[in-house]
Amino acid sequence: MRWKMKARVLSNRRIASEVYEMTFEWKGKKPHPGQFLMIDCQGKTFLKRPFSVNDFEEEKMTILYQVRGEGTKNLSQMKEGDILEITGPHGNGFEILEGKRVLIVGGGVGIAPLLYLAKKVKAQKLYIALGFKRETFLVEKFEGLGEVVVTTEEGSTGRKGLVTSVVEEMIGEVDIVYGCGPKPMLKALQEISMKANVLCQISLEEKMACGIGACLGCACKVREDKGFSYKRVCRDGPVFWAEEVLF
Amino acid sequence: MNLSVEIGKIKLKNPVITASGTFGFGREYSEYIDLNKLGAIVVKGLTVKPREGNPPPRLFETASGILNSIGLQNPGVDAFIERELPFLKSFDVPVIVNIAGETVEEFVYMAEKLDIEGIEGIEINVSCPNVKKGGMAFGVNPDDIFDITRKVRKATSKTVIVKLTPNVTDIKVCAKAAEKGGADAISLINTVAGMAVDIDKRRPVFENVIGGLSGPAIKPIALKMVYEVVTVVSIPVIGMGGIMNYKDALEFLIVGARAIAVGTCNFVNPYCTVEIIDGIKKYMEENEIEDINEIIGSIKI
Repeated sequence: MRWKMKARVLSNRRIASEVYEMTFEWKGKKPHPGQFLMIDCQGKTFLKRPFSVNDFEEEKMTILYQVRGEGTKNLSQMKEGDILEITGPHGNGFEILEGKRVLIVGGGVGIAPLLYLAKKVKAQKLYIALGFKRETFLVEKFEGLGEVVVTTEEGSTGRKGLVTSVVEEMIGEVDIVYGCGPKPMLKALQEISMKANVLCQISLEEKMACGIGACLGCACKVREDKGFSYKRVCRDGPVFWAEEVLF
Repeated sequence: MNLSVEIGKIKLKNPVITASGTFGFGREYSEYIDLNKLGAIVVKGLTVKPREGNPPPRLFETASGILNSIGLQNPGVDAFIERELPFLKSFDVPVIVNIAGETVEEFVYMAEKLDIEGIEGIEINVSCPNVKKGGMAFGVNPDDIFDITRKVRKATSKTVIVKLTPNVTDIKVCAKAAEKGGADAISLINTVAGMAVDIDKRRPVFENVIGGLSGPAIKPIALKMVYEVVTVVSIPVIGMGGIMNYKDALEFLIVGARAIAVGTCNFVNPYCTVEIIDGIKKYMEENEIEDINEIIGSIKI
């Protein structure tokens, strides 16, 4: 039986314009990389909001979020000692294959679930490609976990251009790709990996209501033998094999 | 203390049931609550054949509610009987199956198919478009409600519940048509038709354009309609629409609903059904009420 958790905020800081990192106590179930939490936004929104597990260690959970609306705005104003109401961890996370040459690809705030993954993946070789528009964040936490490449579309930091150009260059040197970010990036990852016959898992996002698989609100189209079907991003995902997703 | 109520042939241990479309087939919520505590479970709507449902996005949050455009995704009646019903039968809770069809014949077909052990009731979703009448919902036409109810009534030995749509001019006429057709009970309301626009794309949020509005935003509408229906029919009424806590539930019971269904609240708080049951018990203790039936219909006007 799963229980509603109350979690005390330990820290909540802005790490880029509109991007925050919040750490809170967590005495619940240990998360698997790629899983998410449903967090009550304190009466500012009707529905809870899904947030990827960014990091977890010794009863401390961290989430990364971008302020997009009333809910996340309210979260951004929470202080140390405030109490969150949370259910989770939810969902089907990354399937970690050991001993592989791994490429982790993140785009913008989509890098959120990838830090915990980078810590947990037991790779023979780990490459990390992080793409941003202009302003970067959290890169320092990935340093030391693997070989990190940073791209910015505007060329403000690291390599100028899309992160997918890095993937195209490196795809021949890896056995599996894990990706999370904007839909166009994920679609490109699908194309690149399928062309190179390399395994690829992507973490998807969709509006959610129940977060546990009952309402069928967060539909995602997936390939089937005879056409397609809709899977639930919250329960069957958020991580899917890239080859099965129909964009 | 007695919380037991009767809806047709179904004896519920308490008046709190789940609303169709918000509880799946019970598997997911069984990880959160003891399903045995529920008065009954109304499972998601079934159709004759499997339905994929509508493309995403299917959800849009509104002030105090949500719009949904799920499109009745379900595995079909046969797969339900084969794969989901055995799971539900492992609990001591009455199972009520919501059925959705495109023609009267489809409703009858499913009612016959579901006349089996383990199922206690059939809830007819008359909010479906009738393809033989240009897509007009069955539930807006009293004659259609009567016709479908009468035929389903003949097709099954189970308790027949007709679920009414609120998107009508006079809900009382619709309720009377269902009763006349032989319904054992009426449940209402289904969702209120609504719409939202994506201001960036300047397109409706849903590919289907229209979605169903539910949540606490619609509770005043639901309560008013339950009140109206209770005054014109003799059969039990199951009230639903925006119930979020035991106080909301009591409002419906006081107005005259024999049971209440919890829907959208399940998304916000997977524990809400058992919390509502506990809240009602506490209210009864505090007010020295021994029998839930003392509360039902006790409104003073």
